[in-house]
Amino acid sequence: MNKVITVENLGKRYTLHHQSERQPYLALRDVLAEGARNFGKRLLGQRDKEMLHEEFWALRNVSFEVDQGARIGIIGRNGAGKSTLLKILSRITEPTTGRVRIKGRVASLLEVGTGFHPELTGRENIFLNGAILGMSRAEIKKKFDEIVDFAEIEKFLDTPVKRYSSGMYVRLAFAVAAHLEPEILIVDEVLAVGDAQFQKKCLGKMEDVSAKQGRTVLFVSHNMAAIADLCTSGVLLGNGRIVVAGPTDEVIRRYLETDEKSIGEVTFELKPEADACIIRAGIFSLAKTSITRVDVREPFIISVVLTVQKAVRDLEVSIRIRTQRGTPVCFASLSDSNDGSLASFKPGTFTCSFEVPAFFLVPDHYRVSLILHEPCIRNLDIRQDDLEFTVDETGSSMKRYGDPWVYGSVLPKFKAVVKTMDSISDQEKGLNSNEL
Amino acid sequence: MNGQRELLIEPGRTAGQYWRDIWLYRELFLFLAWRDILVRYKQTVIGIIWSLLRPLLTMIVFTVVFSKLARLPSDGIPYPVMVYCGMIPWQFFSNALSESSNSLIDNANLLTKVYFPRIIVPASSVVVSLVDFAISLVILGGLLLWYGIIPDWRICLLPLFLVQALVFAFGCGLWISALNVQYRDFRYVIPFAVQFGLYISPVGFTSSIVPEQWRLLYSLNPMVGVIEGFRWAIAGQATQIYWPGYLLSLALILIISIGGFFWFRRMERTFADTI
Repeated sequence: MNKVITVENLGKRYTLHHQSERQPYLALRDVLAEGARNFGKRLLGQRDKEMLHEEFWALRNVSFEVDQGARIGIIGRNGAGKSTLLKILSRITEPTTGRVRIKGRVASLLEVGTGFHPELTGRENIFLNGAILGMSRAEIKKKFDEIVDFAEIEKFLDTPVKRYSSGMYVRLAFAVAAHLEPEILIVDEVLAVGDAQFQKKCLGKMEDVSAKQGRTVLFVSHNMAAIADLCTSGVLLGNGRIVVAGPTDEVIRRYLETDEKSIGEVTFELKPEADACIIRAGIFSLAKTSITRVDVREPFIISVVLTVQKAVRDLEVSIRIRTQRGTPVCFASLSDSNDGSLASFKPGTFTCSFEVPAFFLVPDHYRVSLILHEPCIRNLDIRQDDLEFTVDETGSSMKRYGDPWVYGSVLPKFKAVVKTMDSISDQEKGLNSNEL
Repeated sequence: MNGQRELLIEPGRTAGQYWRDIWLYRELFLFLAWRDILVRYKQTVIGIIWSLLRPLLTMIVFTVVFSKLARLPSDGIPYPVMVYCGMIPWQFFSNALSESSNSLIDNANLLTKVYFPRIIVPASSVVVSLVDFAISLVILGGLLLWYGIIPDWRICLLPLFLVQALVFAFGCGLWISALNVQYRDFRYVIPFAVQFGLYISPVGFTSSIVPEQWRLLYSLNPMVGVIEGFRWAIAGQATQIYWPGYLLSLALILIISIGGFFWFRRMERTFADTI
């Protein structure tokens, strides 16, 4: 296979200036003031210890190869180095170490309308935007009619784009981007968020471009469904290093397993005076590993560990799941599994597990509250929103919609049938004839 | 463009590749200049009137103040013509400088998202000022007609002086635009410097009023040479170029511009990280 991208030992170091933390930009007057202060200190024979230059490697020892026509998904948590990698590949920033060999022209699919100027007309912006994306004037001229057709803006070609509706604006921006024909296309989803329609079109176009024309695509996304659908292989980055590279499925699995912050499992202090209290809670896969990201296709377990110090009759363990925006989704209790009858507990420590079925929650971020109570009599212990987890889209029925949580929070799978009115009467006739 | 050309990305890329890139991105350079020109003259009437009105009004004020009130000499040229000849290179320089100084920050969203040799951004904004300059030449024609001055062969050398002003403005622009990315408060220095420069440059008066022993020192301001050159080329008969000073201007312009270029190249690598 023809290697179009070879990355060897790539590293990028940033220096963090701790003193200028408060303002985003360095101001000359601060530098001068700092210089004067340091000069003064040196005169007095003091060494300056306050200047902290912390080094931070956004990428470290990254090596991989990309075949021509491959679609590589690059995934990782925020700050894992994905964007830095793309920035180096598209030459926006220079690496500190290592080297990259690229065969062919690289272009990035950018945020809608980067480089558009509101005062300029549609026609002018097509040329400008095309040039910014890396097309030559001759190329743009050749594709001009196609672009205009695609965007459906013939009538408004000579209107300044500031008068465009947002729909027209997006269509035009996409039309230009869609007619870009680089050998290597870089797509950073983070840059393209904000318009689900645009993203969907881009993704479709990407697959097209790669499959039919043998172009190579590098795709950065948090959307595992899109990665799984599109990419032929994946690279998982963590803390600037490659965690795993290989088949898409495996990379996604590793991504969902590993998580740095674990609000997926919490412990609470024992309340000595309480009759019963929650001491631990967590979210687990069926294989009993603690997780905070849940594959929508897999069932998972919310488990509560409670200590009973004085025997309680009629004790109920309940959980409430809310979306991150605070909308309650459901309330589930231990008694649901016992035909509604409450259990009595003797002193001791118990684990109560709730199994949440696969394809139940719409991919989104959720919080879980834990409640220990005697229904309608008293609350023994309440833990509000203490567990958090994310359901990852890996192929639910909602995957075709951007922001699926807008539509609801559960995946109900109602049985739906459709019949034409004609066929009903036909059937009625049929039934009648059967009866006869 | 059926590009199997191989690209190598390494820390501290080579200079050879840089020049080739400038050539490859020449169209983007033209497009950026074209965009700035279009935007500037989009509200056509106001845009053009403004670039006509500004030098004209300044000329009138300067003529009144320096000629009528201060009674300064004008080397035998009508005072308004003398002022105007100094005004157009100065205005070109100050426009080009202000535009290019802020150009990188104004285009920050491009710098952080697309690769191209960054130098084309300040370069294209200098080009835009040429349009203003061309418009102001129209008034110059009118003035010359009015006073019945017919330029001789020397006018052919005018482009040389223009190039001199352009290189100087670009050189300063390179320094300041790069500094501007690093230190955001640098932009406040520019309006002041431009204002200041107008009065220390021989725009409203001729440099012949500067005492002989100070001429060389006075010529440390590279615009002195440029402005004298303009006067000499347009209404030249009576104007004498002060050659030691002129050569000094030229040398300074070269030093500043070449230094600016290397400074820019050095800073360029981190623009996307710091802007």
